[in-house]
Amino acid sequence: MKSLAELAAIRAKTINDVTMRKDDHAVRVVVGMATCGIAAGARPVMAAFVEEIAKRGLEHVTVTQTGCIGVCRLEPIVEIHTPDGEKVTYIKMTPEKAQKVVSEHLVNGKVITEYTIGAAE
Amino acid sequence: MKELSLHIIDILQNSITAGATLIGLEVLENISDDLLTIRITDNGCGMDEDLVRRVIDPYTTGRTTRKVGLGIPLFKLAAENTGGTLTIESQVGKGTVVTASFGYSHIDRQPLGDMAETMHQTVTAHEEIDFLYTHTRNEKTFFMDTREIKKVLDGVSLQIPEVSMWLLEFLREGEADL
Repeated sequence: MKSLAELAAIRAKTINDVTMRKDDHAVRVVVGMATCGIAAGARPVMAAFVEEIAKRGLEHVTVTQTGCIGVCRLEPIVEIHTPDGEKVTYIKMTPEKAQKVVSEHLVNGKVITEYTIGAAE
Repeated sequence: MKELSLHIIDILQNSITAGATLIGLEVLENISDDLLTIRITDNGCGMDEDLVRRVIDPYTTGRTTRKVGLGIPLFKLAAENTGGTLTIESQVGKGTVVTASFGYSHIDRQPLGDMAETMHQTVTAHEEIDFLYTHTRNEKTFFMDTREIKKVLDGVSLQIPEVSMWLLEFLREGEADL
């Protein structure tokens, strides 16, 4: 059974590794989690991001949620915000696409153009 | 929405948008009384009587009240389809309580779905907010207070991969134990 003691041990270990997250270098993955996004399957998409990012130990990436982005017909929508102020918007996401975005975009720094909102329009 | 947990994500987002700092979620599966109750309590900005009426009706919700749209009407429909009800009690400046009840064994009752994943995503995506989660199935209860978890973490982010995975496992074990 997972215990708070175990969590304290994880904390002690991570504090040596990363001290604290440096927000200025952080990449943010933002999942649209309003009624439209949820109904279109945003939860399994977010779960895939969380799992893949944890599996690869990407300490500088945070996964978070936002409300309706405004183009409900293209949900699930995921935005990737990088420290240089750039934003890439991926549309009609699936857990499989999420795994690819992690490996291609977050790890290798290559935007998957065919999944982006630009490619759809 | 195919699962009640998806409605829960949606309603929790309303509390978050309302500026809540503490959100309670109670899932009560009372199989002997054939009743499932879901209650979301927050200390957000609250709503006046007029707004409460409007969030329940999908056709009079305007863009100015953007924090609520179809979420509440869909949740209400899911409850009423099982012979249940949805009620909202709210006080401006104090907070809101949304309570939905369902006929447990009703054929149209949606399955609860993956509560571990639901809570994990909500809690890690909103670290500035504390959550009190209680899931009871007959006599057994699983309880999580993020304030206890954050006290142990003492400033370390829930988003750190190892911490995040610990939380997911903690929730999965708690749910599986019910």
